[in-house]
Amino acid sequence: MNEVPDFVKPSIEYAELWPLLLIFGAACAGVLVEAFLPRKLRYPVQALMSIAAVVVAFVGVILIALDLPEIEDGAGRGILAAEGAIAVDGPTVFLWGLILALAFAGILLFAERQLEGGVSAFAGQAAAIPGTEAERQASTRGLDHTEVFPLMLFAVGGMMLFPASNDLLTLFVALEVLSLPLYLLCGLARRRRLLSQEAALKYFLLGAFSSGFFLYGLALVYGYAGTMDFGGINDAIANSTGNHALLLTGIGLLSVGLLFKVGAAPFQAWTPDVYQGAPTAVTAFMAAATKVAAFGALLRLFYVAFGNERWNWSPLLWALAILSMVVGVILAVAQTDVKRMLAYSSVAHTGFLLTGVLGLRATGDITPGQITSTQAVLFYLVTYGFLTIGSFAVVSLVRDASGEVTNLKRWAGLGKESPVVAGIFALFLLGLAGIPLTSGFTGKWAVFSAAMSAGAWPVVVAAALSSVVAAFFYIRVIVLMYFTEPAPGEAPAVTMPSVLTATAIAMGVGVTVLLGVLPGPVLEMAANAGEFIR
Amino acid sequence: MTSMTASLVTAASEVHVPVVAPTEADGVFSLLWLVIALPLASAAILLLGGRRTDSWGHWLGVAAPAASFVLSCVLLAALMGRDEGERQVGQHLYTWIDTGRFEVGMDLLYDPLSALFMLLITGVGGLIHLYSVGYMAHDARRRRFFGYLNLFVAAMLMLVMSANYLGLFLGWEGVGLASYLLISFWQHKPTAAAAGVKAFVMNRVGDLGMSLAIMLMFVSFGTTAFAGISEAAGNASEDRMTIIGLLLLLGACGKSAQVPLQAWLLDAMEGPTPVSALIHAATMVTAGVYLIVRSNFVFEYAPTAQTVVVIVGTVTLLWGAVIGCAKDDIKKALAGSTMSQIGYMHLAAGLGVVGYPFAIFHLLTHGFFKANMFLGAGSVMHAMNDDVDMRHYGALQKMVPVTFLTFAMGYLAIIGFPGFSGFWSKDKIIEAAWADNWVIGLCALLGAGITAFYMTRLMLLTFFTKKRWADDVHPHESPAVMTGPLVVLAALSVLGGVLLAGDWIVDWLTPVVGHAEHHELFVPPIVFSGIVVAVVAVGVAVAWLVFQVPDEIPREAPQDVSFATKAARADIYMDDINDTLVVQPTGALVKGLAVFDRTVVDGLVEGGSATTGGFANVFRRVQNGFVRSYALSVFGGALLVVLALLAVNFA
Repeated sequence: MNEVPDFVKPSIEYAELWPLLLIFGAACAGVLVEAFLPRKLRYPVQALMSIAAVVVAFVGVILIALDLPEIEDGAGRGILAAEGAIAVDGPTVFLWGLILALAFAGILLFAERQLEGGVSAFAGQAAAIPGTEAERQASTRGLDHTEVFPLMLFAVGGMMLFPASNDLLTLFVALEVLSLPLYLLCGLARRRRLLSQEAALKYFLLGAFSSGFFLYGLALVYGYAGTMDFGGINDAIANSTGNHALLLTGIGLLSVGLLFKVGAAPFQAWTPDVYQGAPTAVTAFMAAATKVAAFGALLRLFYVAFGNERWNWSPLLWALAILSMVVGVILAVAQTDVKRMLAYSSVAHTGFLLTGVLGLRATGDITPGQITSTQAVLFYLVTYGFLTIGSFAVVSLVRDASGEVTNLKRWAGLGKESPVVAGIFALFLLGLAGIPLTSGFTGKWAVFSAAMSAGAWPVVVAAALSSVVAAFFYIRVIVLMYFTEPAPGEAPAVTMPSVLTATAIAMGVGVTVLLGVLPGPVLEMAANAGEFIR
Repeated sequence: MTSMTASLVTAASEVHVPVVAPTEADGVFSLLWLVIALPLASAAILLLGGRRTDSWGHWLGVAAPAASFVLSCVLLAALMGRDEGERQVGQHLYTWIDTGRFEVGMDLLYDPLSALFMLLITGVGGLIHLYSVGYMAHDARRRRFFGYLNLFVAAMLMLVMSANYLGLFLGWEGVGLASYLLISFWQHKPTAAAAGVKAFVMNRVGDLGMSLAIMLMFVSFGTTAFAGISEAAGNASEDRMTIIGLLLLLGACGKSAQVPLQAWLLDAMEGPTPVSALIHAATMVTAGVYLIVRSNFVFEYAPTAQTVVVIVGTVTLLWGAVIGCAKDDIKKALAGSTMSQIGYMHLAAGLGVVGYPFAIFHLLTHGFFKANMFLGAGSVMHAMNDDVDMRHYGALQKMVPVTFLTFAMGYLAIIGFPGFSGFWSKDKIIEAAWADNWVIGLCALLGAGITAFYMTRLMLLTFFTKKRWADDVHPHESPAVMTGPLVVLAALSVLGGVLLAGDWIVDWLTPVVGHAEHHELFVPPIVFSGIVVAVVAVGVAVAWLVFQVPDEIPREAPQDVSFATKAARADIYMDDINDTLVVQPTGALVKGLAVFDRTVVDGLVEGGSATTGGFANVFRRVQNGFVRSYALSVFGGALLVVLALLAVNFA
């Protein structure tokens, strides 16, 4: 009788995990709404339900953050939930809050119907082949796909799980959960559908390809450590058991999967095509939130699981950070399309973020008064997320009869046409360029000083040089908007958005200015998030 | 605590480098923030207020710096009332960045150095604002112009009043932005917009040096405050201080248009003339000198960096002077001269404690006489229907008598006519340079001769020689609102030398930069001054013989001129050098990468026809297999990552 060990029921810490479960639950409910509610009701119900779920989850995250228990040595706060599969710690709740805030802005952009004259920016009937009678009918009947809301909530759930995953399998599941809905969303544009579908297919194929690398790396690391658990891998490395080559190959392949998601060079090839082809609302949400989630996961994997191995992986990140910045800014200079330019700029920003990531040092080496790399990266993600979502939201406003106008030539003279929109876009560009008194400056300052303290001065020099070049192409757009006369008959037009898009843009402006002038509270919040727990 | 560290530092090194240790602001000093806030508030009202403020906006724009000037005077009086040791006042406004362990405050520092700068910025700035009321009277966007000017004044004040490098950097970027907006203010001129972009980009290169220097100081000393760094500077290694010093110098070169980052200043003359006077002569371009003098606690521990500062200053002073000789555009000739005079200031600042006060002294007198001459040039242009070519002037002294007389005062000051302000300040610099190294001294002396030559040329071409203007031009004197500031600035150009009376400025700055004994020259100072004056006289005489005596200046610039003249006209080919060394290779690289990345076919994707050439067609075929090639690049990347990891570890 007593040879058989007692079955222990796995315990789920609902008190800490309920925001995550709420988002997934709301997504499932959204699927049911699609199936059972009449077409007319779907849009308001889906939109309201998604917003409600995100807001409630955000409040929940704040409540959870307020009473996270300290772990024994006081180095961090949080618990390992769901049998050690999910870590709910300071950085996790910080990122949860950020992802939910970005998702809130994203839903507002998704729900926008004024720009297209009463319908959303998504295809009337995605299954209809472009250019056929079916498409025309769907369009004249004013259909649109409200499935985008549950799809987005699934993606948000995956994004929340991604940085919280504390073992390799959960990490992989989260990666797929966040990616699949995004592939679909990319292909749902109402206008320029072929381009959109091409983007979706490319994203899917390349995403699947990189997942393959990730999975192989996962297997190799398991082969080395004998465990999927981050803490366990860390111990295995500390005791240096097993074949070191196996571990290094595993780290390399795992990082390929993650670096693909964050769009670091040389895995950036998909970003311009996908950012350009996807509906702008999706691009805005995806560019901001995916990067947040993936950098959260990257930080946790490299700091918690491979922290003892950092002498071996940091040179790699040095090289990739420099490469990303250089490739990003140089190619951005050559762009004539505003969405592609922002895509390459996001590659460059990945490089800046990696600069912060490689600032990791042992806790003992950090003297008081210095910014830790976790804090710097978390803060940068806040600044970057809102700048990105805001600038893409502005892009969706500049239109002509055939939809959005993304060719930069057509943006000439926007300052005269619409001083407010041009002014806001100029603010975002200055923020992305890192001019003082915008959030971008404080963010760059934080990651640069984290990297500098870790002795990575060559990377910081490269980063500073890249920001010089970057400033050039951001400023060029400002010059274009204000100081260039539009070609005759090509004057840009700005469509007045509804309160939804306006709110999303206002959030971007608010954060950009606030974090430039008074970054203290958020920096402190990032500091209080403390370190990752094991 | 502070004094103890200070004495340790003194013991450790030969020089005594004063430590910045301000006392908390009280009494009248608690109004310090208002000096910045007034122009800032005015800028906000003018830029956000819209057309409602059109009718009275420019007077608000004048009133704000004027009020700041009055306040600066009151503060100066209060500061003079204090003992020498207590002449540093700090004010904490609010905490900009605070994470518990890392704190950067919006702190202000008021000491003898910033006091002088505040007077210069608000005083000369106020006069230029007043002048602009007349100069911009017919411009529909005058209100906006004043908004930008006020914004500039606020940023410049922030730059000189901040108590830490981060705040200084904020002002530094702010003046850059305002300068960019003002250079391209007449945006309908494509040259103006291009000049704005050029200024911005070249300044970013300098800013790169600044930001790296700040970062390095933060990493080395754990703070960006002047107080903390000056206290700990003596303990850092000389190599590190040298690197910091060189990076700061790079920043200074960008802002102050020193070789090799000088090319933007001549193009910046596209802006309205009051802008050239305020930003590109009197204040912003001298920020580099301020930076070096303010960072004396860095440079005193970095002798190598100081030597480089001297070399940069010397090269620039000759470079600018040569350019000044060849330009026919009156503003560009003055811009070359500005470059050259700032070279003198850098040269002095590089000499260390001996030179700092003279660098600041020359900076102040230059602020007076150069602003005077720029505004005078603006007045001449006003009279000549905005023509800037001196070959179209001639014999104007009767037509614009006030402008002529005030301009003459500036002229006498800049060439160093005995008794005028420029005489005292330049003489001191040449003297100090000679005492340091006779080669440098000789260059500085030669520069004085060339200055006399090109300024005399400018003077003769404009006001003397034969009339060369077309018959439909009717030169007339400017209104009183423009000549008034000219008269005041002319008076300052004449009398500025009193600052040196009884070595006042040297003593005044001692709490900031320390005190040093002067070296002895090979001849008594009075004889040396005589030599300088003789060289200047030669320069004037040569110009007189070349231009006034034959008096045959063609209306069009002759093309069959010597190589030296051609080179000088082309800014010594710096644009070409930049283009060949930086712009073209970068462009080629971008093009190559862009081709690689298929961006050439952007037009195809967009359905546009602009790029549908045969070239793009080739790439359309490549595009079909695109995911494949992307996947290949991912695969290649993965291979590289793994191999690199393994190679690094098993090498």
